Amino acid sequence: MKNLAGKYKKIICVCSGGCTSSGSGKVLAGLQAAAAEKGLAGKVLVRPVGCHGFCQQGPIVTVEPEKIFYTRVTEADVPDILEALETNRPVERLLYVDPTSGKPVVTYDQIPFYSRQQKLVLEKCGCINPENIEDYLDQGGYKALKKVLSTMTPQEVVDEVKNSGLRGRGGAGFPTGIKWQGALSAKIKDKRYVICNADEGDPGAFMDRSVLEGDPHSVLEGMAICGFATGSHEGYIYVRAEYPLAIKRLKIAIAQAEEYGLLGDNILNSGFNFHIKIKAGAGAFVCGEGTALMASIEGSRGMPRFKTARSTEKGLWGKPTTLNNVETFANIPVIINKGSRWYSSIGTEKSTGTKIFSLTGKVVNTGLVEVPMGVTLRRIIFDIGGGIQNNKKFKAVQAGGPSGGCIPADYLDLPVDYDSLDEVGAMMGSGGLVVLDETTCMVDLARFFLKFTQQESCGKCTPCREGTKRMLEILTRICEGKGTPKDIDDLERLSRVISSTSLCGLGKSAPNPVLSTLKYFRSEYEAHINDKRCPAGVCSNLLVYTIDAAKCTGCGACARACPAGAISGEKKQPHAIDAGLCIKCGSCLQKCKFGAVVKK
Amino acid sequence: MSTITLTINGQQVTVPAGSTILKAAEKLGVFIPTLCHHPQLTAVASCRICVVEVTFKGRKKLVPACMTGAQDGMEVETESAAVVESRRTILELLLANHPQDCLTCGQNGDCRLQDYAFRYNVPGAGFSGERHAYKIEDDNPFIIRDMNKCILCGRCVRMCAEIQGDGVIDFAHRGFNTKISTAMDLPLSKSECVFCGNCAAVCPVGALQEKGLRSSARTWEVKKVKTICPYCGTGCSIELNVKDGRVVGVTSCDGEVNGPALCVKGRFGYGFIHHPDRLTTPLIKKNGRFVEASWEETISLVAEKLTGIKNDHGPDALAVLSSARCTNEENYLLQKFTRAVLGTNNIDHCARL
Amino acid sequence: MPTCCCQNNAVDDRQKALQRALSKYQNTKGALIPLLQEAQEIYGYLPGEVMQYLSKELKIPFSKVYGVATFYAQFHLQPRGRNVIRVCTGTACHVKGAGGILQSIQESLGIKSGETTADLRYTLETVACLGACGLAPAMMVNNDTYGRLTPAETLQVLKQYK
Repeated sequence: MKNLAGKYKKIICVCSGGCTSSGSGKVLAGLQAAAAEKGLAGKVLVRPVGCHGFCQQGPIVTVEPEKIFYTRVTEADVPDILEALETNRPVERLLYVDPTSGKPVVTYDQIPFYSRQQKLVLEKCGCINPENIEDYLDQGGYKALKKVLSTMTPQEVVDEVKNSGLRGRGGAGFPTGIKWQGALSAKIKDKRYVICNADEGDPGAFMDRSVLEGDPHSVLEGMAICGFATGSHEGYIYVRAEYPLAIKRLKIAIAQAEEYGLLGDNILNSGFNFHIKIKAGAGAFVCGEGTALMASIEGSRGMPRFKTARSTEKGLWGKPTTLNNVETFANIPVIINKGSRWYSSIGTEKSTGTKIFSLTGKVVNTGLVEVPMGVTLRRIIFDIGGGIQNNKKFKAVQAGGPSGGCIPADYLDLPVDYDSLDEVGAMMGSGGLVVLDETTCMVDLARFFLKFTQQESCGKCTPCREGTKRMLEILTRICEGKGTPKDIDDLERLSRVISSTSLCGLGKSAPNPVLSTLKYFRSEYEAHINDKRCPAGVCSNLLVYTIDAAKCTGCGACARACPAGAISGEKKQPHAIDAGLCIKCGSCLQKCKFGAVVKK
Repeated sequence: MSTITLTINGQQVTVPAGSTILKAAEKLGVFIPTLCHHPQLTAVASCRICVVEVTFKGRKKLVPACMTGAQDGMEVETESAAVVESRRTILELLLANHPQDCLTCGQNGDCRLQDYAFRYNVPGAGFSGERHAYKIEDDNPFIIRDMNKCILCGRCVRMCAEIQGDGVIDFAHRGFNTKISTAMDLPLSKSECVFCGNCAAVCPVGALQEKGLRSSARTWEVKKVKTICPYCGTGCSIELNVKDGRVVGVTSCDGEVNGPALCVKGRFGYGFIHHPDRLTTPLIKKNGRFVEASWEETISLVAEKLTGIKNDHGPDALAVLSSARCTNEENYLLQKFTRAVLGTNNIDHCARL
Repeated sequence: MPTCCCQNNAVDDRQKALQRALSKYQNTKGALIPLLQEAQEIYGYLPGEVMQYLSKELKIPFSKVYGVATFYAQFHLQPRGRNVIRVCTGTACHVKGAGGILQSIQESLGIKSGETTADLRYTLETVACLGACGLAPAMMVNNDTYGRLTPAETLQVLKQYK
């Protein structure tokens, strides 16, 4: 952290992103009050910061400049943290314990979760106060915008972005520079728009939220640069309504940037005007699709439109529009500051730079991870993510949300970039990685995603509206043990037709979760259909609970726990479960101390 | 004007730049099924039944013919295996959520879904599962609205908004629950609907049916007689639907003046034709009672009375009011008659009142 | 302007607030959705008369206003509870037991997802993803997010909301 020593001796950073849901608000207030009481004002700064990424360990508090890293901090820990500032001895019980060595780690740069990442976009997240533009400026913020306005032409900016190799981080991976060129060269000149797509709706993805909540100015700066490069003076940020904190911080950031002359009219006396407005979404996943998003900004139902021209020629209100997502815009200041050559040296040849992933599911270290493109899944899941929880076996990772697919263990050494993921039937999507272990049923998972897409289908085109409904019904039948072999053929045919004939990306990619699980885990489908068995032990209709007579002591605990009265037996004699009465709730399994209840 | 040359099913065709694949296919006489497409309405490409397989710049994919622009060098297949599989599946999906009551459906014989199911040999719903169970709306005298039969092509919505200019109906809800609905989902009778019936005219299936017409004749029993609507001077083209010598309904037929649109009177106001109270001969009041008379006698009597008034009180004692139900030509003749024969300028028209 | 037979001050205030919102968006393109959001903020839900009023003022067909209001999950055409519980059923929460959380709330409040308790204290909903996947399973009550829930904790949390 720069420019720190001059002002304060110590800065205590309290995560005020996702950690607020584990109570960091109270920690922040407690630290601020106690610091003031102790007369530390002027020496110690208590600063709310954005997401630190290691959500698993939240609420997270760090102490700079020492980089001390405290985990799972509560209000009660406040006195000790302040005490430790004086003694210079960190509070040991709050330190992160390395699971392999069992030893506490003092600073975050020694924790594998962090040391194996490369943070370009998230660099300032977790160390600046997102509600204070001074913090952003301190860290070199808006330097890129200054450089662009004072020394570059729009074409030079576009060329720089082209040369960087940056591809859209929202999912499809379209080259950003080529998109900007399209807008710059568009025939319509009178009005052009820049839109930031912050309608992050993939279940399992929260990187855009973290950037908006932790470093909103980086997005504003990227948008203003885009405005300059494409000849636009008006920008919109379309944020989903489920992110009230992001909206609040964006509003503060825009107001501060306007006050500092970094947004608005005549920015930095360059004569360039750029205004940004926030549009709050109203709860429709499909609005993450470009044309639906524009329809929504225009005040209509968020139904995608068939494109007869690119949005950069005819987009919002029929005018040339450059639409990029949050992470893409946040990359722009980095590229301008450090140069396209440097940027393109990171990552792989066709996928440059870094990518932020939200790592969730059955992995030890859940949270946000930023790594260079092209690192392997193994590195992300095992080296950074710490492997699978409870020593279970890795089964697959779901990449790309409802549009993506499941990647099995065979591909753990696959380099993660746009093209490799496409090849194995998944996709980058916005960067959600949900780790699945042996207790995840792949048919149930496919059903979960289809349920999602079916609920979020806008209803405009026939294949998506009617087809995803039927796919969901078929998958539900299979999970309930009512599937027939024809169901797999029907699923395959529906997948083919829906993906080739749907109007928008949501529909076209809706069958991916089914196609990829059918490709890699077909035997699980067949087990459900032919043997009426769920190999992962998830689909309750297909489970059978029995009691192993050899292990049963006849204590009767299971019978007392059974809500259906399905278990009977004499005292001290092996008990038995009446399969006809059993409702498969699993209470007996939990109660039995002898491992006599068997689920299969 | 620049032109574009493409290949459809192996045949070359040249069309003006900006034409869609559908237009190009029409020029060749190649059939492509459509549901949401209507030549007078904005294109939306939502039903996807018109997909065709296009090979262009080395890439092969399915695109909707109704909105995809023809490009030089495009190769289009309109009945490839992938196209046929898609169309069949889309039809199966539509039928899986559509009552199979063709035997009693008034639209039987004039239903696109039926036509295409026949063409692509789709015997019925290919999938079982949830179906809509909307109440059939039958509380107005003009239109039967059965949303269970609706395939959500949206032609009615665009018709109401773009041609009728009313916007009484729109899409509501979303996904599988999407429904064409009035504001607050009220029946048409409680909405601002003026019952022009133009929505029913463009409905490709039996979701919106003209009540009188569809309940009195099978579609193949009627003979369509093209004529001009007698209600006003606009001169809309209409088709009288005639069964056994009786007019059982009126449909629009894409007239030069009115396109596919009609108003409530033209479309539904045909009840007078066979009404027992309708006058079929002139009546002359004799001794306080109306008595049937011949046209010769009646016209002579009118001429005699007009001449009498003109002679006794001068031409300005006469005044003529013409009817909005007359055509322009008839109105012209009437004013000519008033001025040249009666000799007065007292001529007016009811539309000015 | 929609009026209510009771004509009390609260109604008046709400009408005024709606008119203020309207004047804020005068001559703004694409004002319908923000205005519906403001109207819902003012009334707690979107009464038919309010939508009709907006349709007249914005010169947008009422059917279209209704179509927009029913398209987006955020809008509610029925009155809502004072406290809105939103249980996340996203991927991460799903694999970490969101089903059990939802079930315990449903059983304890006696309502299903999408319903409101008779005393208007709670409305229960599910959402696709709250973006708090690192804290799965998670839920939001009003604007507060809670993570790493168990069924028992969930019920404790709910008790705080009167």
